[in-house]
Amino acid sequence: MKLVVAIIKPFKLDEVRDALTSLGVHGLTVSEVKGYGRQRGHTEIYRGAEYAVSFLPKIKIEVAVASEQVDRVIEAITGAAKTGQIGDGKIFTLPLEHAVRIRTGEADGAAL
Amino acid sequence: MKSTRLSHLRKGGGILAGVAASLLAAAPAFAQAAAEPTVNKGDTAWMIVATVLVLLMTIPGLALFYGGLVRAKNMLSVLMHVFYCVCVVTLIWVIYGYSLAFTGGSSLIGGFSKAFMAGITPESKAATFTVGVAIPEYVYLAFQMTFACITPALIVGAFAERMRFAAVVLFVPLWVTFVYFPIAHMVWYWAGPDAIDAAAKVLAAATDEAAKTAAQAKLDEVNADSGLIFQFGALDFAGGTVVHINAGLAGLIGALIVGKRIGYGKELLSPHSLTLTMVGAALLWVGWFGFNAGSNLEAAGGALVAMINTFVATAAAALAWMFVEWAAKGKPSLLGVLSGAVAGLVAVTPASGFAGPMGSIVLGLVAGAVCFFFCTTVKNAFGYDDSLDVFGVHCVGGIVGAILTGVLVSPSLGGTGVVDYAAGGKIAEYVMSTQVIAQLKAVGVTILWSGIGSAIIFKVVDLMVGLRATPEAEREGLDLTDHGERAYTS
Repeated sequence: MKLVVAIIKPFKLDEVRDALTSLGVHGLTVSEVKGYGRQRGHTEIYRGAEYAVSFLPKIKIEVAVASEQVDRVIEAITGAAKTGQIGDGKIFTLPLEHAVRIRTGEADGAAL
Repeated sequence: MKSTRLSHLRKGGGILAGVAASLLAAAPAFAQAAAEPTVNKGDTAWMIVATVLVLLMTIPGLALFYGGLVRAKNMLSVLMHVFYCVCVVTLIWVIYGYSLAFTGGSSLIGGFSKAFMAGITPESKAATFTVGVAIPEYVYLAFQMTFACITPALIVGAFAERMRFAAVVLFVPLWVTFVYFPIAHMVWYWAGPDAIDAAAKVLAAATDEAAKTAAQAKLDEVNADSGLIFQFGALDFAGGTVVHINAGLAGLIGALIVGKRIGYGKELLSPHSLTLTMVGAALLWVGWFGFNAGSNLEAAGGALVAMINTFVATAAAALAWMFVEWAAKGKPSLLGVLSGAVAGLVAVTPASGFAGPMGSIVLGLVAGAVCFFFCTTVKNAFGYDDSLDVFGVHCVGGIVGAILTGVLVSPSLGGTGVVDYAAGGKIAEYVMSTQVIAQLKAVGVTILWSGIGSAIIFKVVDLMVGLRATPEAEREGLDLTDHGERAYTS
């Protein structure tokens, strides 16, 4: 199993969710986060006072999937979240050791 | 042309009066004592509305304009400063402020003859700019009160986010007493058109040398019963010197004395709600019609001149700021448009009843560009922390407006010209250099009085209660540390 963590532009959330749902991914976790990558934020100007805003609002998606599904999930997220502009985000995958569904006690593959 | 413009009385008005004497000598019937001025219900109704509009531009207008520009942790602090100004100055005004500003005394300050509103009844009258027309003194007192309320409220934007509330509480009564009332007296106090007209008619009717001398002395005395800046012949229709230069400079002095905010130039000190700032700026514009058109004191042609000028100068200045900012900084910002609009309102204030609409557009364009330059380039070059650009918008815009008023009043530029009541209410001969010099003198006296007076008062307040919030309080935000509440809870 893998945990796929994707940082995306906030307005791309719905498209990403739709793409994942069509793959048969049943659930995901979403957080509002802030950060920056190569883009290094942006500049805001208030009456000539320039402020560098380094931490931009982003959405973090966490989704646990079976190992054989990972490539298709990454492909789906990439396809749905891409605008071609700077700041589209990144996808990380982590090994996932164990999963349990709290309601039934089912474990691992059955719990996803 | 019947005009209701403010009289333009130069020193040596006796010469003009002499001309009037020869002109009027053929009409001795005019020499009778002037009839008691009458009150028109329409004028009264308009002045009540104008008075309320000026309150609207202060609370909530100015309060929200400023409030949106500070960080969320200081929102209530700014709202409180503005609200406090209105409350405390209202009481001071009726107790002694009106008397100090609008009774005769010296050319610098009035007296206490109307302290505690002594002698003022619903029947007492105040002069307008038309011979034989008066408004109830109550409404004049209330209208001028709203000016006294908003002026210190403008100042608080300069030292927002770091001044202790206790310091503001002490500063405002001292400042209006020693700075605002004298300047209002110097700029606006005069005997009124009826007194001058009556004296001029007596002079015109005088037949022998002795009577002429006596009448001339009487006219001189009436002319001398006015404020210093009024005697310069300076024009300030609705408060360019009294309100804006005065408040703007006091703000700068305060910002310099209290020091920069922690993190100024390093941390993000961005406005917390430009939405509220837009609401506030829009209310300022609406309320400003009371400010400018109300300053005509009558629901007459002059109010309409002020109204249309208040429309067009504001629009021009907003667009000027927007396009200059677009060119210089790459983006046309809402805050830029709002700031430009306020700069235009400020600049047209002294000119509103004197300039023509096309002149006002030019005035607005100049003010928008100049104020942008001061709020960005000049402020950054000198590094002073005028939090909400009180100096850059009000003082600079006020100076632009005051000087250009002297140019744009010219009848050849579409202005109204200046009425000489001592010459029977005719438009006086206009000489641009004379008028502009009078305007410059007015600006100079205002800057000196406001600058020195404000500096002394800030120092005194600093010694008595301390101006500056502690660094901990400043980091925490003044809402919690001064007032024990926060603007937004969820």
